[in-house]
Amino acid sequence: MPEKRIVLKNCGVIDPRDINTYLGQDGFKALAKARTELTPEQVIAEIKGSGLRGRGGAGFPAGLKWELARNAPGTEKYVICNADEGEVGTFKDRYILGRDPFSLIEAMAIAGYAIGSQTGYIYLRAEYYYLLNLLQNAIAQAQEGGFLKGLVIEICEGAGFYVCGEETALMDSIEGRRGEVRFRPPFPPTQGLWGKPTIINNVETLINIPQIILNGAEWFNHIGTERSKGTKVFSISGDVERPGVYELVMGSPLRELVEELALARDVKLVQVGGAAGRVLPYQEIDTPLAFETVLGAGAVIVFNESRDVIDIVFRTMEFFAEECCGKCTPCRLGTEAMIEILAKFVQGSGSKEDLTVLEDTARMMQLTSLCGLGQTAPNAVVDTLQYFPDLYQARISKSEVP
Amino acid sequence: MADKSLPQLLASYRERKHLLALLKEIQEVYGYLPGEFIPEIARSLGLPVAEVYGVGTFYSFLSARLQGRNVIRVCKSAPCWLKNCELIVETLKRELGIGPGETTRDGRFSLQLTNCIGACDQAPAMMINDTTYVDLTPEKIPEILGGYK
Repeated sequence: MPEKRIVLKNCGVIDPRDINTYLGQDGFKALAKARTELTPEQVIAEIKGSGLRGRGGAGFPAGLKWELARNAPGTEKYVICNADEGEVGTFKDRYILGRDPFSLIEAMAIAGYAIGSQTGYIYLRAEYYYLLNLLQNAIAQAQEGGFLKGLVIEICEGAGFYVCGEETALMDSIEGRRGEVRFRPPFPPTQGLWGKPTIINNVETLINIPQIILNGAEWFNHIGTERSKGTKVFSISGDVERPGVYELVMGSPLRELVEELALARDVKLVQVGGAAGRVLPYQEIDTPLAFETVLGAGAVIVFNESRDVIDIVFRTMEFFAEECCGKCTPCRLGTEAMIEILAKFVQGSGSKEDLTVLEDTARMMQLTSLCGLGQTAPNAVVDTLQYFPDLYQARISKSEVP
Repeated sequence: MADKSLPQLLASYRERKHLLALLKEIQEVYGYLPGEFIPEIARSLGLPVAEVYGVGTFYSFLSARLQGRNVIRVCKSAPCWLKNCELIVETLKRELGIGPGETTRDGRFSLQLTNCIGACDQAPAMMINDTTYVDLTPEKIPEILGGYK
């Protein structure tokens, strides 16, 4: 399946500092269409009909999220753009924000119209501070152009914490608190920011919106697979010749991205979805990239034959232990316990019992952690135990082997 | 360096939701969050001391210890690790005479290791303050450092 530019359509085409170049590419036409030809309910119906699902990793149907917020009682509602991409190996939102900030603003204005919100926030990760000025400039130009009538968009800067990309932690961070995950329910569309109905969408999810409004749900619905519509923007890095951002039709094989576009050689394994993602060995390279299989936020990290699998898994777990918010016990203690055991395998002093504990801890974390961080932290362990059991066996202390 | 006093800062951040922004500005002005400020911030915003301290110690861009005038954050996540970020860390250690978590005696630099900063396509990468440096090699380090006072 070919590369296709829906999300990246304007990247490299417009000048991100000049709204006129955006207007020259049908910019703000979708917003005008939504406001003049469609009711808010019809806008939501279009998004629902398109089959668009969240691009931040969870894949929740975007239209449904909007509908829940629209129908939630109350007049004060919020639109939040999650620009806190912190997943290891993800940089697509940085790429998009720096090249096409206007599409994001247009999408937020459409979202505001659809759910009935007068306030939007862009939660920008602290590491992307260098994009702040560009975004502020784009908002100011949109305001001057009269495109933001009835909507104020504020940029809220993060302060460096992976878990703040999790929607409830993100809201707590905007409220000026520790970015700790909330219990759910209630879900954000009914009780989100300051307890008010809130939609939180990833940058890439939002960028799809103007295109869907302009071209129609049907058009979008015909691209991709049965349960994954449209395209996906991937960030690929690691042992590849051409790292970067690529947009592919949903369902494209992993091989196309890894070998044909990024020109990887001697691939041993690929982590799809970053640290929280799934580990696929080379024999699974023809796996289609979609919500039905593997996707996450589209971070693809390639490891070649020279890399040590246990080392990779250890480092992945170290990452989660550092970035755990500490609120729930399964994640806080589970990640630490796993590090302790994995360290033994790194040194070649693991035991059979350790393997059982790893498996049990992984199951416990997946089942009982409060948010996606703890639930997905064991993925690399689980997958490598499945695909590379011999490597773990080889690291069991010699004295243990009968 | 402290061009704004604490009362001045407190006067411009009156609401509870401004706590994080206030702490970030204190960090910027003073280079860290001085412990003696915490009770005053709490009083000013009507919050428990524990909450102010809790927020102040949660985020990686806030620090309860005095930082150097320039904070170096070297990415150590997988994509940078695959591109030999360890060599960059070694070079910085040699150039600065300090290890990760430490600050040079002259207060010029603090060195930290960090998780993914979203520059994986141009690894290895690091940030100094708000600027990201990419495609690093040991040879580039002295010149980059030379740009900071």
